Amino acid sequence: MLKAINAVGEGVAGYLREMGRMFLLLLNTIRWSLYPPFRFDLLFQQMERVGVKSILVVVLTGAFTGMVMGLQTFYATRKFGAETMVGVTVALAMTRELGPVLTSIMVTGRAGSAMAAEIGTMRVTEQIDALFAMAVNPIKYLIVPRVMASIVVVPILTIIADFVGIVGGYFVGVIILRINAGAYVANMEKYVDLDDIYNGLIKAAVFGLILSLVGCYKGFTTTGGAEGVGKATTQSVVLAAVTILMADYILTAVMF
Amino acid sequence: MIEIKGLHKTFGEQKVLDGVALQIDKGRTTVILGGSGVGKSVLLKHIIGLLRPDRGEIRIEGLDITRLEGKDLNEMRKKFGMLFQEAALFDSMTVGANVAFPLREHTKLKEKEIKEIVAQKLEQVGLEGLEEKMPAELSGGMKRRVGLARALSLDPEIVLVDEPTSGLDPVMAEAIEELIIETQRRLGETFVVITHDIHTAFHIGHKIAMLHDGRIVEEGSPKAFRRSSNPVVQAFLARGEEKEV
Ligand SMILES: Nc1ncnc2c1ncn2[C@@H]1O[C@H](COP(=O)(O)OP(=O)(O)OP(=O)(O)O)[C@@H](O)[C@H]1O
Ligand SMILES: [Mg+2]
Repeated sequence: MLKAINAVGEGVAGYLREMGRMFLLLLNTIRWSLYPPFRFDLLFQQMERVGVKSILVVVLTGAFTGMVMGLQTFYATRKFGAETMVGVTVALAMTRELGPVLTSIMVTGRAGSAMAAEIGTMRVTEQIDALFAMAVNPIKYLIVPRVMASIVVVPILTIIADFVGIVGGYFVGVIILRINAGAYVANMEKYVDLDDIYNGLIKAAVFGLILSLVGCYKGFTTTGGAEGVGKATTQSVVLAAVTILMADYILTAVMF
Repeated sequence: MIEIKGLHKTFGEQKVLDGVALQIDKGRTTVILGGSGVGKSVLLKHIIGLLRPDRGEIRIEGLDITRLEGKDLNEMRKKFGMLFQEAALFDSMTVGANVAFPLREHTKLKEKEIKEIVAQKLEQVGLEGLEEKMPAELSGGMKRRVGLARALSLDPEIVLVDEPTSGLDPVMAEAIEELIIETQRRLGETFVVITHDIHTAFHIGHKIAMLHDGRIVEEGSPKAFRRSSNPVVQAFLARGEEKEV
């Protein structure tokens, strides 16, 4: 029992230590992003990689989440005859919560893990040292473009997920379950604010920052050859997902 | 001139450098010989400031690189070209982009001029026309030669070379040695070459130093080095000559 408590304590301490180091990396990243030259070529390259890689999986996730939400809320609201509220519920859940969270978790799996693997490989094969040796700062060259690209691209992907999810909910609610279309849309327009969407997008930007920073950090601190790269990659996904969910709670408590 | 004094480096429990002292003359080729795992690569990484010593200093034109930070360190590093032991090519870039990398980052040359320099450097290492290949498609020896081309692309003042000829056939090894000799002479660059190949050492070195047990146990001109009475050096020479017969 004591052992178990000890292990948990050590786990928490380790997590906090990692957060501290990541915060330092964040400060460094911000510092390097302010100095010219600004590498738009690298930024666009990363935006394309993060965005294009993730778009299909984001569309699929958004569509099925919206559809399942439609189905579930239909069963729940039918009991007291409020089926026309299905659209609002789906739209609010998507824009405030599910859109940003699921999108960023998917992008973590697709792009965040790839960042850890790629930078980790560069670390263990001395490519990072080679950058230093050629007087090119790896934080500026590798990390700044990835973090900036993620902060921009994850919200864009979230808009797509929101939209597809709402369409999916409409499809299930109106087309399959035959809820009155006029009331469905009218309620949605009445109860969904632009603020709901904005706040969701702010969340998405923060999550984009988290997943890229974690991926880059895990890659940058990789040791131990190919095995180490594998470890860093898995750890980056777990660490990013947990941190995103924690940040989600905090942001929700602050914003809504 | 590069002046190394009292350099100490320990990794955890393991003492790797234990008071290295060495003078590297400007515009000459200095070869560092030593057995496997004695710390040759570690020493080279200290010279370009990739590793920090526990104690000691490395003065390059009077400036101690072990104390430099940020911008000053970067300015210093721009004087260097380095070939890593495993080449350390950027595997997301083509061979051509690898060799062009220092030129694109640190010069304002036009794309056409860069292309010309890259083609010329690749030709010098016997890899003409391989610009569009990816590093993963190359053999170990080819990678190392691309790494050398990249190290030389800016015509740096100081070139650090870690094992340029290991893994190459004798003819190619000879060609790379000739390239180093010729480049060094033509541009008056300072070369620091690491090798455990006696033959390479005597072929290209103006000065040969032997790293053993964390220290430079012998240094001197090739002639003087050959006559050394140090038993480690003698053992190394004897093994080397045997291999040649
Ligand atoms: N970053 C590091 N962390 C811990 N130990 C290291 C590190 N770099 C090198 N070492 C250790 O230092 C010692 C010397 O390593 P180094 O790579 O300099 O050897 P070397 O002389 O270049 O050998 P080789 O001829 O095989 O390349 C080795 O025992 C190695 O394990
Ligand atoms: Mg070595």
